[in-house]
Amino acid sequence: MQVTEYKPKIVAFCCNWCSYAGADGAGSARLGYPEDVKIIRVPCSCRVNPMFILRAFQRGADGVIIAGCHPGDCHYTSGNYFTRRRMALLFSMLEYLGVEKERVRVEWISAAEGAKFSKTMTEFTATVAALGENKRLEDLRCKQ
Amino acid sequence: MQRIGVFVCHCGTNIAGTVDVKAVAEALGREAGVVFSTDYQYMCSESGQQLMRGAIREHKLTGVVVCSCSPRMHENTFRKAAELEGLNPYMVEIANIREHVSWIHKDMKEATEKAIILGRAAIAKVHLNQPLQAGESPVTKRALVIGGGIAGIQTALDIAEAGFEVDIVEKSPTIGGKMAQLDKTFPTLDCAACILTPKMVDAAQHEKIKIFSFSEVEAVQGYVGNFRAKIRRKARFVDEDKCTGCGLCTEKCPQKKVPNEFNMGLDNRRAIYIPFAQAVPKVATIDPNYCTMLKSGKCGLCAKICGTGAIDYKQQDQIIEREYGAIVAATGFNPIDAKAYNEYGYATYPDVVTSLELERLMNAAGPTNGTLLRPSDNEHPHKIVFVQCVGSRCEEERGKQYCSKICCMYTAKHAMLIREKYPDTEVYVFYIDVRTPGKNFDEFYRRAVEQYGVHYIKGMVGKVTQNGKQLRVQASDLLAGEQMHIDADLVVLATAIEPDKSARSIATMLTASMDTNDFFTEAHPKLRPVESPTAGIFLSGVCQGPKDIPETVSQASACAAKVIGVLAKDKLTCNPCVASSDEMLCNGCSSCEKVCPYGAISYSDKEFRGPNRTTLIRRVASVNPAVCQGCGACTVACPSGAMDLKGFTNKQIMAEVDAICK
Repeated sequence: MQVTEYKPKIVAFCCNWCSYAGADGAGSARLGYPEDVKIIRVPCSCRVNPMFILRAFQRGADGVIIAGCHPGDCHYTSGNYFTRRRMALLFSMLEYLGVEKERVRVEWISAAEGAKFSKTMTEFTATVAALGENKRLEDLRCKQ
Repeated sequence: MQRIGVFVCHCGTNIAGTVDVKAVAEALGREAGVVFSTDYQYMCSESGQQLMRGAIREHKLTGVVVCSCSPRMHENTFRKAAELEGLNPYMVEIANIREHVSWIHKDMKEATEKAIILGRAAIAKVHLNQPLQAGESPVTKRALVIGGGIAGIQTALDIAEAGFEVDIVEKSPTIGGKMAQLDKTFPTLDCAACILTPKMVDAAQHEKIKIFSFSEVEAVQGYVGNFRAKIRRKARFVDEDKCTGCGLCTEKCPQKKVPNEFNMGLDNRRAIYIPFAQAVPKVATIDPNYCTMLKSGKCGLCAKICGTGAIDYKQQDQIIEREYGAIVAATGFNPIDAKAYNEYGYATYPDVVTSLELERLMNAAGPTNGTLLRPSDNEHPHKIVFVQCVGSRCEEERGKQYCSKICCMYTAKHAMLIREKYPDTEVYVFYIDVRTPGKNFDEFYRRAVEQYGVHYIKGMVGKVTQNGKQLRVQASDLLAGEQMHIDADLVVLATAIEPDKSARSIATMLTASMDTNDFFTEAHPKLRPVESPTAGIFLSGVCQGPKDIPETVSQASACAAKVIGVLAKDKLTCNPCVASSDEMLCNGCSSCEKVCPYGAISYSDKEFRGPNRTTLIRRVASVNPAVCQGCGACTVACPSGAMDLKGFTNKQIMAEVDAICK
């Protein structure tokens, strides 16, 4: 039985205009969150293809979070509305696949919300850690 | 295979304090494709950049990864340095190990591990980077200003003074907007017409300005530097070029019972009318809803008496198309409908008026020729109650949450003007707070209280009811802590202002974003207050948020400066990180076109080589790189995987995901 402390792998997709800047804001204000969160910069949350999320799970990620501008504040006017709808579909698909939908989260974090960024990431990491390792979608061939 | 160089920055102790930079450089140096890896104290410094340039030369690098601060900080710095060595700037990627690692983590071992992983992700991405070329697009040196109020006029004049052409499109028959309706302006009490009408004339006479009055923008296509607008010139049934504005027709027209919107419906105009004496252009307009000739074909009096033969009952709406380099929204505001506040009896009692109606009642060119008379019996009111914040700072559905900003000052102005002209009149003002930030504003308000003896009562009015010939105003006096009532002859409601109803559709047309109150959103609330987030769309006046005249005029000029900044350029550089479609995979399904907020995607039939030397014609998508802003919405919508985003391709992002999850 493994008893070492479990560290979840978390991928965070952050839109360039709001949430990535929010993450920078968290950094400038020295508001920490777990090291497990690794950020990938995308121009807009609507650039996040659900395929990327499935790929992350296949490759062994335990949680994926997509962060974008608040509804109505999208730099590209309507991108985050697409995100919202697409992710709603993905949630039902994950449920069908037997993956806890708590492993994927969509959050709206503005460039001014460093504190929210840090708090959200801390909470999300705790949620994913409580769920434990993602075994359901992991592709063992990728482990080699 | 790329030849990648990795440069790990210490940022003094900002990064090196928590991240073992040497270990990071060493670990990343072992990654496939990395031919050079080093760490340095300040990569962004001149010597740091020299180090990077030297390595690009010496090791013939084809890609660069800088592990440093946020790309929002120094991405451009490193891209420029790479470009100086002949490396395509888009072959440089940043791993953010300061804001996202060293500043937020305390444990050196953990932080170093995370920095290595982020570095690996950046390396994985660079392996798939392609050199990108920023395109250029020409600039049409003409601006479109939507709205001909003081904001639009000022912006147009400033742009025209810089030597560029400007079109003003105004939906009503004359420019001038709300300011033309005002009597006097705070805090100097000079008459609005005296300062506005010369500007209107300046705009009309300026050789670079073209005014399309009684016209509306119907559609806008294109992008910064190259907009194309469809303008509907509504039929006014009068030939603008022939009409001299003599006004004879407006005196002889037999249809006299048309509510005069310029006087807020307080009196009537004819079916053919010129809104006011100083209108620009001074041209008559026939109101088809009231004109007997247009409705029944029996009259034609105006055509008979018109000396220049300007009347044309057969005139039709005209659509014109014009090209522009930049567009200014100056769509202005309207007071909200006071009928929603039934307790004040606006809909019931004629002597309950709004502030804008009072402006007309006090204006020398208004329905009473400037004598203050009650609308019900044309008698002089001796006791007047002003109610502030009607609809402003109101949490209810019918009101506005924001402060309308101008009401405190214009109410003080009204109170002062009335006390000055009619010293026998008692004036009461009910307020929540009196807000007077602005140059000479508080002094102005204090003058109203101290010098003119206006009674300010802190408290809200609960109800207005009829009491004989007077109106009983029931209110609470918060400072005295008691209920009270005043029997007034006239009640004036300082109604909240809201963006013009047309603003929403114009914003959609321009793909400019709006806030929940339908005010246009600025690109940055502090640092880019006159630009919309959409390139080439600028904001002037109250359409961006409540403002008084001095503020509107300064914002209008600021807006003009930004427009001139665009028009003065011959070419604009485009962002090369745009979508592109693989024609071999595209099946022409239109999914991408539907999600594109900029209309950047179009379809065309193209010839492809089919089997056995046949030619196939297929419908395929193509992206206009000058219009595409690079959001990537289409890439996800595309079912066949034909659409991809340069600089953020599917493969690049997947490679980053893989590197992080390894």
